[in-house]
Amino acid sequence: MAVQIEDSDGSALATLAPEGLGGLQVSVRSIHKRYAGARALEDVSVSIARGEIHALVGENGAGKSTLGKIIAGAVAPDEGTISVDGEEVRYRSPREAIRAGIALIDQELATVRDMTALDNVFLGAERRSGGMLDRGAQGKRFDELAERVGFTGEQGVIAGGLRTADQQKIEIMRALVRGARLIVMDEPTAALSRIEADRLLAIARALREEGVTIIFVSHFLEDVLALADTVSVLKDGRHVRTAPAAKETVETMITAMLGRSLEYVFPEPAPPPPDAPVVLKVRNLTRSPAFTDVSFDIRAGEIVGLAGLVGSGRTEIARGIFGADPASGTVEIDGRALRMGSPRHAIRRGAALLPESRKDQGLAMHRSVAENVSMVHLDQVCRHEVLQGRRERRVVKEMLGRVQAKVATPSMPVSALSGGNQQKVALAKWLVRQPKLLIADEPTRGVDVGAKQTIYELLKGLAESGMAVLMISSEIEEVLGLSHRVLVVRGGRIVAEFEGDAAQEESIMRAAFGGTGPGNTTKEGSADAR
Amino acid sequence: MLDEQPVTATPTGGVALDPGSTRGGAAGAVVNVVREYMIVVVVIVACIVLALSSDVFLTKENILNVLENAAPIGILACALTFVTIAGEFDLSAGAMLILCGVVAAKLEPSVGVAVCFLLGILASLAAGVINGLLVTYFRINSFVCTLASGLMIAGLGLVITGGFLVAVTDQNYGDLAFNALAGVKWSVWIFAAFALACAFVLSRTRFGRWVYAVGGNVEAARLSGINTRLVKIVAFAVSGTAAGIAGVIVASKSGQAQAGDGISMVLQAFAAVVVGGTSVTGGRGAIWRTIFGVLFLALISNGFNLLSLNQVYQQIVQGGIILAAVATDALSRRRTV
Repeated sequence: MAVQIEDSDGSALATLAPEGLGGLQVSVRSIHKRYAGARALEDVSVSIARGEIHALVGENGAGKSTLGKIIAGAVAPDEGTISVDGEEVRYRSPREAIRAGIALIDQELATVRDMTALDNVFLGAERRSGGMLDRGAQGKRFDELAERVGFTGEQGVIAGGLRTADQQKIEIMRALVRGARLIVMDEPTAALSRIEADRLLAIARALREEGVTIIFVSHFLEDVLALADTVSVLKDGRHVRTAPAAKETVETMITAMLGRSLEYVFPEPAPPPPDAPVVLKVRNLTRSPAFTDVSFDIRAGEIVGLAGLVGSGRTEIARGIFGADPASGTVEIDGRALRMGSPRHAIRRGAALLPESRKDQGLAMHRSVAENVSMVHLDQVCRHEVLQGRRERRVVKEMLGRVQAKVATPSMPVSALSGGNQQKVALAKWLVRQPKLLIADEPTRGVDVGAKQTIYELLKGLAESGMAVLMISSEIEEVLGLSHRVLVVRGGRIVAEFEGDAAQEESIMRAAFGGTGPGNTTKEGSADAR
Repeated sequence: MLDEQPVTATPTGGVALDPGSTRGGAAGAVVNVVREYMIVVVVIVACIVLALSSDVFLTKENILNVLENAAPIGILACALTFVTIAGEFDLSAGAMLILCGVVAAKLEPSVGVAVCFLLGILASLAAGVINGLLVTYFRINSFVCTLASGLMIAGLGLVITGGFLVAVTDQNYGDLAFNALAGVKWSVWIFAAFALACAFVLSRTRFGRWVYAVGGNVEAARLSGINTRLVKIVAFAVSGTAAGIAGVIVASKSGQAQAGDGISMVLQAFAAVVVGGTSVTGGRGAIWRTIFGVLFLALISNGFNLLSLNQVYQQIVQGGIILAAVATDALSRRRTV
């Protein structure tokens, strides 16, 4: 290799990582990837040219992040090949990819919060001089890189206290210290203000000038147009097309992402009767900066979908309503106000939350199926605080039957179940006493096709029995297929509402992305979203 | 996004019966069964070995003696099982045990035996509640929190006694430790009753379920409407009460009190909990496990005595056993996740 910047003696100090060397050329061929039986990528082939900025775009769950991570060596494909500079590679760890000059800057930043900026930048690539850290050389190199990426903080500042934008710069500097010639950035601008995002785009351009290849995974289409040389569109894990950015517009990209995949049959829920009473009334619900001034109603028997991009505030709104996080504003169920920030109170008033992550928030994974099902309404299976074994077995069996969970014995740990059955258990625990409001956050995430269908039918059935249902999903087809009404969230605000035939994939997507129509060149929409 | 959900699931949507099945179901199942009942097997084996190698072991006197000696640690261990399953730790239990004895010994001359014991237990209970409040409201790591509070409680004992040994002259003070019912010392009866009560609460009541839920997944418990703070506070209160009861037994037996941190007693009790198979990460365990753990450690100590082994090695053996127990837990965890 021409430039070995990280010589242990630090001799090549003055050489900048990629200069004169050029970026890497990468091509992936026939990549397949499944997670828990759910397709993430199918037969994807993409070529990334040397020294270009290549954007990967698509809906939530289209597979763009997965593809980025596969290229960065952080995720291994099930099938298919990856070639770097014409040579087929198979990285067994991110470490090997780093050594080959590939770096990943993830959505979830990987700065060590308690370490200084300097130590973070040189993490794993510390300069040594006779076995000791060479502080002087590191400091000099740090200043050099700081200027390149526009990092203005001190070397000794603690990384955890820095703004996201600055932490990102630290990660970019870290990539450069390691001699990265290909940097995969996963949603780098999502958590930045408009000004910071623009600065990040400028840094990316500067890196391209120096010959670094950049893969830019983003759902901010205007950023993509402003930055990328080439755009690849993914949809449902499949590659739609790769074209020069100059030939794309926000419109053409959205159109390419759209289209229904006919994998599921969505049961059409019967509309709520016209005189159905309002069950949930949310007014001015605010928890800054996550969401602001959210107001809406849901009537009995109605399924309302909450659509929006990942990070738009959907989940936060749901948690705010349920009291999982404190929020200001008012939430009423059947006309009675909830005590904000108290899930216990919300449950007593008839609310139920099927949380986003069943593993972290929904189930005690090592406890039995039976214990998980009876956890919420233990009073139903107790007499004078004492558990009634027979009554519990009966109730649990009945609930498992209702959600059609396949469970060998209710005494088995819930961790031994498949994702789909786990999710059914997570739902079953709320049905021991019929709730008035069910909030289902990503109800079909990480479950197999069959279980998905069952969960759709269950939600429909619950609504038809008079429950108000608030459903959140990253899969827009799911929202469209099940909801009577769709609310679109962007930047923590409800920006659009679609009812009946007005709810179309295209209009929802447009509202979620913040594109207002052809010729939309202002950044206002996306600035809002931040 | 789908991208971020590597969830264990079978593509068919069927049931994967054994969590360790990814690496050969049989091996995983064996590890789980071993983990499940190892402590029972080990106690039985220890009994057989001791019975074969010592004539004294199976005598009524020896067995009652083992149980009597194990009673205070056993009571402490039952309470620590609560705290551990709830996902917390109580390092101050030993200090509370000693505080109870100090309070009782100091007050005995003025209020009499029964009342002074009651007040001693109340003092420990109060300390336990304070522990619970500190841990839940300030969100202090319970290990650190009870290390600190344990020091303070020990210091309080020192203030009360002025650093002196407090001797009790009343003959009745020792009744609890030396009198027997149906040939069995009161202390053993108290241990048995306390263990049964704990076992009942943990496995048969709503509160017991809450304890498992809070330790198993505190966020899921909170979102299920469980008052997770209250559960933890009560667990610490149980620990304080148990320390008080154990303290009464110790005090009655010795007839005197001296301030101290009692740290070695907590560690022994905790060892019994862990050896029994209660998971140190919370959410899994049982009182019967702890009872077997207590018995096992008591048997080892008894074995050293009966077989005239050099006492110097006892701690090394105990330490090794705890290590083995924790390693088994860690191993099974790696396979399940």
